[in-house]
Amino acid sequence: MTPEEVPPADVAPEEVPPADVTAADVAPEQMPPADVTQAYPAPGKTILRRAGDRGWLIECADRHPAEVATSIRAQPWASGLREVVPAATTVLVVAETAAGMGTLAAGLRTVLDGTGAHPTGPPPGRRIVIPVRYDGPDLPEIAERLGLDPEEVARRHGAGEYRVGFFGFAPGFAYLDGVPESLRLPRLSSPRPRVAAGVVAIAGNQTVVYPGGTPGGWHQIGVTTTRLWDVTAEPPNRLAVGDRVVFEAVTP
Amino acid sequence: MTVTSAAPGRRVRTRHRPPDHGTGPEPAVLTVVRAGPAASVQDLGRPGMAHLGVPASGPADRRSFRLANRLAGNPEDTPALEVTLGGLAITLSATRHVAVTGAPAPLTVDGVPVDGAPRLWLRAGSVLAVGRPWAGCRTYLAVSGGLEAEPVLGSASRDFLTGLGPDPLRAGAEYGLGPARPVPAIPLELAFSVVPCGGPATVRFRWGPRHELFDAADRHRLTTTPWRVSAQCDRVGARLTGPPLAIGSVDLPSEGTVRGAIQVPPSGEPIVFLADHPVTGGYPVIGVVTDADIDLVGQTLPGDELRLAPIL
Repeated sequence: MTPEEVPPADVAPEEVPPADVTAADVAPEQMPPADVTQAYPAPGKTILRRAGDRGWLIECADRHPAEVATSIRAQPWASGLREVVPAATTVLVVAETAAGMGTLAAGLRTVLDGTGAHPTGPPPGRRIVIPVRYDGPDLPEIAERLGLDPEEVARRHGAGEYRVGFFGFAPGFAYLDGVPESLRLPRLSSPRPRVAAGVVAIAGNQTVVYPGGTPGGWHQIGVTTTRLWDVTAEPPNRLAVGDRVVFEAVTP
Repeated sequence: MTVTSAAPGRRVRTRHRPPDHGTGPEPAVLTVVRAGPAASVQDLGRPGMAHLGVPASGPADRRSFRLANRLAGNPEDTPALEVTLGGLAITLSATRHVAVTGAPAPLTVDGVPVDGAPRLWLRAGSVLAVGRPWAGCRTYLAVSGGLEAEPVLGSASRDFLTGLGPDPLRAGAEYGLGPARPVPAIPLELAFSVVPCGGPATVRFRWGPRHELFDAADRHRLTTTPWRVSAQCDRVGARLTGPPLAIGSVDLPSEGTVRGAIQVPPSGEPIVFLADHPVTGGYPVIGVVTDADIDLVGQTLPGDELRLAPIL
């Protein structure tokens, strides 16, 4: 079956990017140097990369993806977007239709290159307090690895303020940035097959409250009874990108 | 028992059916007689929730799914059945129009072949069976009035990656039917689906977002290799086999992905993301199959030859 035989699809026809799309809007065709990880991404410059008929992938450079995503959602034309997906260093934007991808690129550029109109840090967000019982199964072992008492691990985790960076991996799985330097550990070498909802865990500079029903390779230090993800609720998420989260120790 | 009413473009409302005191007509139901290897309820999925980690899901071949609903007189987003590799048999408690699209498969009603009819007038109590397709792998079956399945996060689509949505079909399962709708008078001979049928399937893709991580030889290889769909092929994605790309292990920070993304894991053998793909991934995406052609990938079977043609 050749493409010509495909009947008209329910998508808008291909369109030629208008003149306002500069070479910087599309990823260059040049071959990268041998060590791609070193030159990638280009520092200090936001880049739009095409991600399919309806998508642009934004490399945020020195701006926080959560803040970029929030700024994009605040635009009057954001109603024409199907998805705005912040991740570790990027924001994926997917339009409802393939028409006007060049116009969309221009709109994104005004958001990304706008000076003064937007804060450079993450959006203020809400402050959400989550009570935690610090009695996770991994607490004694990681305390020993870190050279701390379990109580001190709990105290340091509970003393921090965390940011909801982005969701990924599973429905409701929110990556919270901001684990103190002294508590950073690589993930477990062998993930657990299933982790219950409410388990609080750490890995690297991130902490998470498991949404339930997923495997998990993070170090489990506690548990909360607060439901942060509930598919029967509207909306299902208690946390949103950009929120600030603090954990409050409660006694077992 | 809970019933739902679905309307396109807005959240499905759920209500509870009043207790049946023996008055009024019996509610119409579809009963699964045989489930087959992998059949599920689908609607057009959960778009717009990727930022919460929720895949869009929906039919693997959206065009055939929409066609089935149109033939059955339903709005395109109405819950219907996606049947993978046949093996399904159903019966209705009320006489209804039933539309069958997607991978063409042997159809029987009470054992009598009714092949070639994209729409049937299925009498109450008769058993409609869908056999293994002659070509393609996913057949869609829509009943006039639509199925009533419990929505999760606004959709009745079963997502096989996350487990969201109604359980996969099993023998004995019952689904309520919405009120029958008039079916359109359209020339049914024009109601066909695009499936691979012998020979290579060619699908178009756009380069990016990470094609520049690959050297010229890898990019050339992607577009000239007669890829084969491997046995690792489901609603999440289709893994392709062939001479692997040489890029090796590149771990990017997790980034958002789209349906149709051609992701290259360290093995060098590409994976094409389908309906239930993860919302983020850390392996480089060299290109994205076009919206127009991704439905065709959703109809490929292990062993099918797939050629990737770049849009320049």
